[in-house]
Amino acid sequence: MSAAPTALAGEPIVDAAQARAHGLTAGEYASIERILGRAPTFTELGVFSVMWSEHCSYKSSRKHLRMLPMKGRNVVGGPGENAGAIDVGDGWVAVFKIESHNHPSYVEPYQGAATGVGGILRDIFTMGARPIASMDSLKFGSLDHPRTRYLVGGVVGGIGGYGNCVGVPTVAGEVMFDAGYDGNILVNAFALGLARRDDLQSARARGAGNPVLYVGSATGRDGIHGASLLASAEFDAESEAKRPTVQVGDPFTEKLLIEACLEAIKTGAIVAIQDMGAAGLTSSSGEMAGRGGVGIELELDRVPLREANLTPYEILLSESQERMLIVAAHGREGELAAVFEKWDLHAVVIGRITDDGRWRARWKGQVVADVPAAAISDDAPVYDRPAKAPAAAINHSAAKGAVVASVNTPAPAAALRAIIASPNVASRRMVFRQYDSIVQGNTMVGPGSDAAVLRIKGSRRGLALKVDSNPRACALDPYSGAVATVCEAARNVACAGARPAGITNCLNYGNPERPEIMWQLIRGIEGLRDAAIAFDTPVISGNVSLYNETAGRAIPPTPTIAVVGTFDHVALHLKQYFKSPGDAVLLVRTAAPSLAASEYAALFGVADQKLAPIDLTRERKLIDGLVECAERRLIRSAHDVSEGGLAVALAESCFNPGGMLGVEVEIGGSGHGAEVLFGEGSSTVVISAPVENIEVLHQVFAPLETVAIGRVTMTPRLKIGAAIDEDVAALRDLYEGALPGRLGRHD
Amino acid sequence: MKWGVVRFPGSLDDGDALYALRDVMGQDAAMLWHKDESLGGAQCVVLPGGFSYGDYLRCGAIARFSPIMKSVARFAADGGLVIGMCNGFQILCEAHLLPGALMRNRSLSFICEEVHVRVENAHTPFTRAARAGQILRLPIKHGEGCYVAPTEELAQMEERGQVLLRYVDASGSESEAANPNGSMRAIAGVVNDRFNVFGLMPHPEHAVERLLGGEDGLKIFQSIAQGAR
Repeated sequence: MSAAPTALAGEPIVDAAQARAHGLTAGEYASIERILGRAPTFTELGVFSVMWSEHCSYKSSRKHLRMLPMKGRNVVGGPGENAGAIDVGDGWVAVFKIESHNHPSYVEPYQGAATGVGGILRDIFTMGARPIASMDSLKFGSLDHPRTRYLVGGVVGGIGGYGNCVGVPTVAGEVMFDAGYDGNILVNAFALGLARRDDLQSARARGAGNPVLYVGSATGRDGIHGASLLASAEFDAESEAKRPTVQVGDPFTEKLLIEACLEAIKTGAIVAIQDMGAAGLTSSSGEMAGRGGVGIELELDRVPLREANLTPYEILLSESQERMLIVAAHGREGELAAVFEKWDLHAVVIGRITDDGRWRARWKGQVVADVPAAAISDDAPVYDRPAKAPAAAINHSAAKGAVVASVNTPAPAAALRAIIASPNVASRRMVFRQYDSIVQGNTMVGPGSDAAVLRIKGSRRGLALKVDSNPRACALDPYSGAVATVCEAARNVACAGARPAGITNCLNYGNPERPEIMWQLIRGIEGLRDAAIAFDTPVISGNVSLYNETAGRAIPPTPTIAVVGTFDHVALHLKQYFKSPGDAVLLVRTAAPSLAASEYAALFGVADQKLAPIDLTRERKLIDGLVECAERRLIRSAHDVSEGGLAVALAESCFNPGGMLGVEVEIGGSGHGAEVLFGEGSSTVVISAPVENIEVLHQVFAPLETVAIGRVTMTPRLKIGAAIDEDVAALRDLYEGALPGRLGRHD
Repeated sequence: MKWGVVRFPGSLDDGDALYALRDVMGQDAAMLWHKDESLGGAQCVVLPGGFSYGDYLRCGAIARFSPIMKSVARFAADGGLVIGMCNGFQILCEAHLLPGALMRNRSLSFICEEVHVRVENAHTPFTRAARAGQILRLPIKHGEGCYVAPTEELAQMEERGQVLLRYVDASGSESEAANPNGSMRAIAGVVNDRFNVFGLMPHPEHAVERLLGGEDGLKIFQSIAQGAR
């Protein structure tokens, strides 16, 4: 072991106050001194502060995340890697993950969102998988908030600007507007990659003497303390000043990096590889060494720099984008360098693996940091923070319908017109048309449908993907809301005809140091666990974003769930659109509808907002039934009833791009009250099928309620009993025109 | 027929073009690397979509100086067939192998959607498999697809039949709404005055299978392949 590192000339003095300024608590600082047996140097303090930040260490959530089901028959890849993978057949595995870039996107929307996409793509190709699809879940403040339009323009521009230029199609997503996000938007980016099973890469460093290669962009001063100070603290009036901590993206370099890394992996000379994401060089080197139980030594003078005079502290903490760290097999670094040279990228040996378990950095011949590798990866603090249910539901604006005293009930047709043109229900076309959704030639169903459908070239198989969230339900009940979110994402995938196979999640919550927020988080994880177990869908990856608060006001609890489903025969996939006049239209549902957490409640208010309990056995039955219907070709369309309820779902089913159709239904029993027409509180699917299949559909879905409610008609009118009789084209104009009208037309 | 698909470092639809030609159409097609000067004996060179060199400056502005483009220019001067799709079209204009230029879309934002184009001249190596007036449904995806050229030049191009594709609605009529990017005269694709270099903003390589976006794009590639027989 080398001598303790010494302070560099001109460095700030390290003491408890300095540690506090780095976001470390007094207890954490004491732990660092205990681990090192001395005070840390300024460089080491920086290293600990990022690695022990909430963002990197998951210190508030780690204990609870252990309850999630991460294993399954179809899961490939050992635990402890960056993300799991799912076997999708024919030797292919799918790697997918969703991650937040919330705070950077609020401070600098274009670059924040762009680098969110870049970061999640690197998480995928670092596994050896070619990214083939992206999705995004976006939550903005109210459209009446003065900053919202600016943020929407920046975020959507950033996602498009980056995603379009790297050649990964953006195939689905969701956008919501709610005053609960006025001061703290959410940008959750998902990416999925495909790899041959044998090509999956490890992020576990091995082999003393193996060289460590730095590849990709040069290191600059951008993004320093992005993870620790920006992502792991609440917003306040000063947050704007943190704009320099937001990284700047370069999608062209990312594209080169994707191609070069995938080509380099083929050489077989890579032992371990990890991207330099949050906490940059520090986390990639520390985590790879920690996982492998080895030591690592870095020569910081060799790191390619964008500008002169970066200090070791800055080099280690920079979050400059488009960089990867590779542990190469000894003697084969030249082979790898040649590949990166072909793609005009830096590839420099900056260190080596050691067997002493130390994470050590040198600069100009002097050791500037020397700490146990485990201390900055595995041994970060784990907190069991107090959690306590609030006395009354927290008054998130997402649940504001609950407090409306006098209920004002519009006529059904007027309510439908208002709901279909509401920013949370209307067409998102003006957003998704700014994204390339077809590059790579696999997109069979793109944005604007229940779930995206991708084929796998050279195979009959395919994938369906969907990302969902339901903050309104989570605000009413964080457990049931999380269960409902998983159910909805899985149901969407099943509506396309795919069998849900795996889950990734991004848990967005407020400040975990407040017991009621911690309670929301734990209840959310429990909901995710129970639903994942019920559907037999392992949670293979995820991300937690806490401190989503501004001036003490937390966002509504928002677990964002992405479900990936698999097809044995992707040609049998279904879309939401009615296809054939004369077909029977049926409803299949797991429970009676309710207006709790609905768009109707948000627009008009309802007297009582209580989520009905969800029976996961029945939810599972609905999903299995849909998959069976697709595989047996029993139905011609399936559409999930979500935002806006049944009336909106029926209208959307008529908007067939190949030619509008109509529908005429009669919903007996419960009548045509607002619950039936606009309720979202139960799992309901609208299907269309040849009339002769009605009988067998009852059998397929039994014991669920399957009701034949009417017929698809040639005349494009939406008729629901005596309550609604509307022109479909007029409804579609409302549906398509609403967002451009509110956000400014883009033609 | 032998095809060469040029791969610039930031090309994105290169693989899709190769897939359309080789896997869907059974053609003899190979990838060409931008740092090489050899065209590998190709009888038709394809410049695919993407962001050739990142294109932070101006789409295609750097690509025209690449080694392979020197060979492509010589090949075109000798009468060889060249087709540029999207970014390829932008590169051909920057390299002055095609008249005019492509500016930012009228909306100033990227647009990805299906459009309809009308075949204006079916007597060319790139359109001979189609009928004059035929409507093709093809996807576009670009931020800089607004075609512009001096008015007198446009008039001459029209007269010579160099405008091969024009944006129209599904029924075949021109309208402001059917012109997605604000191109002058709703131009979606043009050929040079020797009729051997063709550029278009739509992506025919993304419309070659019924399961994915239709098959109308095949008309363009079939036209080129017919010339070899």
